[in-house]
Amino acid sequence: MRKEHKGKEAIPKRKGEFVNGAKDTLPLVMGAIPFGIVFGAVAVTTGLSSWGTVGLSSLVYAGSAQFIAIGLVAQGVTTGLVILTTLVINLRHALYAASLGAYMKHLPQRWLVPLGFWLTDETYAVAIRRYVSKDNSPHKHWYYLGSAIAMYVNWQLCTVVGIVAGYQLQNFAELGLDYAMVVTFIGITVPFITNWPMLICALAAGTTAVLCSAVPNRMGLMIAAVIGIAAGMIVECWIRPKARNK
Amino acid sequence: MNELFLILGMMAVTFIGRYPVLALIGRFNMPDSIYRALSYVPVAVLTAISVPEMLLPSGDISLNPTNVHLISGVVAIFVAWFTRSLFLTIILGMSTFFAWRFLLLT
Repeated sequence: MRKEHKGKEAIPKRKGEFVNGAKDTLPLVMGAIPFGIVFGAVAVTTGLSSWGTVGLSSLVYAGSAQFIAIGLVAQGVTTGLVILTTLVINLRHALYAASLGAYMKHLPQRWLVPLGFWLTDETYAVAIRRYVSKDNSPHKHWYYLGSAIAMYVNWQLCTVVGIVAGYQLQNFAELGLDYAMVVTFIGITVPFITNWPMLICALAAGTTAVLCSAVPNRMGLMIAAVIGIAAGMIVECWIRPKARNK
Repeated sequence: MNELFLILGMMAVTFIGRYPVLALIGRFNMPDSIYRALSYVPVAVLTAISVPEMLLPSGDISLNPTNVHLISGVVAIFVAWFTRSLFLTIILGMSTFFAWRFLLLT
């Protein structure tokens, strides 16, 4: 079902992996630009200082959590509750970390700490695609690093641009570039769907996500992911005798 | 001062959600079923992010042809299914997005 390269191309070296990782993240970098700019612009108007805004982007580095946090701060919610909410919003990262970490047994801490810090929806999507690809390159973490740095640098620049010039760039932010994230995720997800359990997983997760879209703090996403995983595994158990003969 | 606590607190809980699992999951011998469950994570999570963006771009379900997100998302799914090319999916998906929106405006 899936078209595979039969390993004729040379496996890229460290630098090649790094550059490819950054390059393959480009559409997601574009998609994040309006978010970063809007974040910078909105954060400073909700009473956060410029340094505080830069601090959130550079030290926390979690788009949706940053947006929700400044929203809560504007409503006068206590710091402790904002931090607790951040924990809930970012629960999905644990799922990404579990999925990627299975491939990172050999990495030392000096790699795991920064790669962990830089884990986002976007870098997860790009990196997992590289990790599951059939070649056994020992440098796939360089690909992850390339993706992570592209996203991180872009997020910092956009935050600063937003702080400085946010409201002049209103039209730019409404251009629709953010939709690039969705088509990229579609392009990454669909080739994963090579059997019935994966298809059922996608249908279950998608349906649940729509039904739970009103659940706050991105918990709908977590619920949908868990239901999707469970649905896929149930179908897998069902058809396993057949699948074994494949 | 409060701002500093906010940033450091958010930084700590965000890092706690990311790093420990990444660093630890490979170091233990886990049952095969965990690894099988993890193989569904990309499809489950990315679908759960994308589908609501397509169907509820402004918070309410919209199944009309005026929903640019839905039309270009469906095109992207078809392109991805038949070509298996990420590049073509992005190019044709975004082209549809901008073209369809342009048509709706004129």
